[in-house]
Amino acid sequence: MSASTQEINNLINQEYKQGFVTELETTTFLPGLDEDVISKLSKIKNEPEFMLEYRLKAFRHWQTMKSPEWAFVNFDPIDYQSISYYSAPKRKEDGPKSLDEIDPQVLEAYKKLGIPLDEQERLAGVAVDAVFDSVSVATTFKGKLKDAGVIFCPISEALRDHPELIKEYLGSVVPITDNYFAALNAAVFTDGSFVYIPKGVRCPMELSTYFRINAANTGQFERTLIIADEGSHVSYLEGCTAPMRDENQLHAAVVELVAMKDAVIKYSTVQNWYPGDKNGLGGIYNFVTKRADCRGENSKVSWTQVETGSAITWKYPSCVLTGDNSVGEFYSVALTNNYQQADTGTKMIHIGKNTRSTIVSKGISAGKAQNTYRGLVKVLKSAENARNYTQCDSLLVGDQCGAHTFPYIEVKQPSAQVEHEATTSKISEDQLFFCQQRGLSAEDAVSMIVNGFCKEVFKELPMEFAVEAQALLGLSLEGSVG
Amino acid sequence: MLSIKNLHVSVGDKPILKGINLEIKPGEIHAIMGPNGSGKSTLSHILSGKSGYTVTDGSASYQGKDLLDMAPEIRAREGVFLAFQYPVEIPGVSNVYLLKAALNSIRKHHGQSEVDAMDFLTLVKGKVRLLDMDEKFLYRAVNEGFSGGEKKRNEILQMAILEPKLCILDETDSGLDIDALKIVSEGVNSLRSPDRSFVMVTHYQRLLDYIKPDFVHVLAHGQIVKSGGPELALELEEKGYSWLEDAEASA
Repeated sequence: MSASTQEINNLINQEYKQGFVTELETTTFLPGLDEDVISKLSKIKNEPEFMLEYRLKAFRHWQTMKSPEWAFVNFDPIDYQSISYYSAPKRKEDGPKSLDEIDPQVLEAYKKLGIPLDEQERLAGVAVDAVFDSVSVATTFKGKLKDAGVIFCPISEALRDHPELIKEYLGSVVPITDNYFAALNAAVFTDGSFVYIPKGVRCPMELSTYFRINAANTGQFERTLIIADEGSHVSYLEGCTAPMRDENQLHAAVVELVAMKDAVIKYSTVQNWYPGDKNGLGGIYNFVTKRADCRGENSKVSWTQVETGSAITWKYPSCVLTGDNSVGEFYSVALTNNYQQADTGTKMIHIGKNTRSTIVSKGISAGKAQNTYRGLVKVLKSAENARNYTQCDSLLVGDQCGAHTFPYIEVKQPSAQVEHEATTSKISEDQLFFCQQRGLSAEDAVSMIVNGFCKEVFKELPMEFAVEAQALLGLSLEGSVG
Repeated sequence: MLSIKNLHVSVGDKPILKGINLEIKPGEIHAIMGPNGSGKSTLSHILSGKSGYTVTDGSASYQGKDLLDMAPEIRAREGVFLAFQYPVEIPGVSNVYLLKAALNSIRKHHGQSEVDAMDFLTLVKGKVRLLDMDEKFLYRAVNEGFSGGEKKRNEILQMAILEPKLCILDETDSGLDIDALKIVSEGVNSLRSPDRSFVMVTHYQRLLDYIKPDFVHVLAHGQIVKSGGPELALELEEKGYSWLEDAEASA
C-alpha cells in the first residue's frame, strides 16, 4: 500500500465524499408521468417530431409491461408517479455556448468531484461530457475531436444535428420493447452522450461522460449511443456519483454500442452512485441496460466495469456477436458492502462464425451485502467454432454477506467450446495476520488483498482510472474489518 | 531485548503455556526445541500477536515495552518479525508490492519518509542475490505457486529487507531439502548482528548444524524443562525428548 495508514484512516472517516448537494436554481417538472409529460419533455428539448413518436410508442409499450422480479434483489415497488422526469440547471435560452455561460455552481460541483470542465485544467487526452441531472452541461475538447471527424456531443444535440444517425442506430441494439427499464428509458430519457467515430479513425483521446444526480426526487434516465464505423477505434469511460439522500433515487440508463467491421470499442465504467447509509437507508437504484452489437466482421467490444456504489445494481453489459470473428469481453469488479445488493453480469450471444468471448467477473461482498453474478452464454447454430471462457470469482469479507453465481449456458452449435470456472473464497485470518505481521494495518491489508483479487480486471482499465478504482475499493470497504 | 516472565497462555479453556521464563539479550540466538504439542508454535504466535490466544498470567516485555499490549502491526513496525511455518498465499499481490508496503509502513512508524522507488529496487535486488533467488520472484504473487523451499526463502527475503530486531523463526526448517536449508541458513547467518536477536523454534536438531545457537531451551507440556548451550541439542538428537518429558513427569 503506497497510501499510509494515516491517509487511509482519513479517507475512511469521510465516508461518501461525493455526497454533497449543489444548491441551484433549476427547471424541474412536477412529479408524475403521462403522455403530456413526455410531450413537454420532447418540446423543452426541441426534439424533431420522430423522437416524440418514438418516446410515445415506448411509453405505451411500457404501460403494458411489469417490473421484472427475477433478479436476486429486494426492494419496495417504485412509485413512478412520484418521480420528476426532468430537472435541469436554469440557463439562458439557447443553452451555454461556452463555459462562461454555465452556472458557476455547476462548474464548482464538477471541480469538487475532481472533474474540472475547464480544458486547461483537464487531464490532457481525455474529453468529458458532463451530465448534470437531466441535461448535459458541458462537453470538452469538442473542437479537437471535430478535427479528427469524431462526433462527441450530448445526445439531445445529436437528435437535432445528426437525426439521420439517430434514426438509423437509436434502439437498434436495445429496442424499446427489450425490457421494462429500457422501455421506460426510451420514453423519458433526457440526455446522455453520443459518439460517432468515422471510418478508419482512431479517436485521438479517451472520451468520458460523468453523470451526476443532484436534484431530489428525480430520476436520471440517460441514453448513450456509440457508433464505431469500419476500422475505427475508441475508448470511452463513464463515472457516476450522487448526493447522500435518505430516499432512494432511480437511475435507469440505456447504453447502446455499435461496432462495424474491424472496429474496436472499449467501454469502461467506474460506478460510485450513493450506496445508502450503513443501515441501508437511501441510495441509488441502478437499473441499467447496456448492450453492444459487434455488427461487423472482426469487430471487438470490451466492457470493463468497477461497481462500488448504488443501493441496488441491476445490470448486464452484453455483447451480441453478429459479425464473423467478432470478439466480446466483459471484465467486472462488483463490490457490495453494508446492505447493498448487486445482481450483475453479462450476456454473450454468439451468432457469427469463430466468435470469441471472455468473461472475468470478480464479486466482493462485505457487511450484510448480497452479490450475485448472473451471466448468459448463448451460442446459436450459425456460430461455428464459437469460443467462450468464463471465470467467476467471489470474495467474502466477514460472515454475514452472500455471494451467488447463476451462469446460464445455451449451446446450439456442436463445434462450440464453452468453459466456465468459478471460485469462492474468504479473506482468511491467516492472510490478514500475515500482512499485519509485516507491518500493515488491517484496513491496508484488506484493501491490498482485495486489489490483488481484482488485478485481472484493473489491468483492463485505462491507467488513470485504474488508480481511481483502486482507491475507491479501499474506501468502499470502510468498516468491513474487525 | 525480550523478557518473558511466568507467561501462561490458553486457547479457550485449555492451558497451553504454563509459566514460561525467558531472557533474550541483543545479538543472541535462542533455539526453542520440543516435541509436537509442547507449545512451540503457541509461543511464536503469542509473541507476534496472532489472535485466538488468551494470556492468563505473566508478561512479556520487548525493549522495555509491554509486548502483549501491542497490536500485531505495531509489533512488526517496532521490529518483531515472525517467519511463518506456513506462509500464506496472496493471489494478485506481487511480492515486490507487499515488500514495499511493509517497508514503508515501518519507515512511517519511525518518522521516516517513504522509500524512493529506485533505492528500493536496488535494495531488494541485492537481497534477492544474497538468497540465491530469481528476480522473477519479485513480480510473482506472494507465495502463489511457490514450492515449500521458495516460500521459506521468501520469508527470509522479507526479513532481510525489513531488518527486524527480534526474528522469530517458526519451524523454518520444516519442508526444506538440504540445499534449501543451506541457503536459508546462510541467509539467516548473514543477518546476524550484535543488535539483532533470534528465536528459532524447531523440532529437529539439523537446523542448528547450520545456524549455531547461543542457548537451547527444551519446551515440554508448556514449560521450559531444560536450558543449556548448543550441546543440549546434540544430546536431544541422540536421546530424543522422552527422557526429559519423563524426568519432568517424575519431578
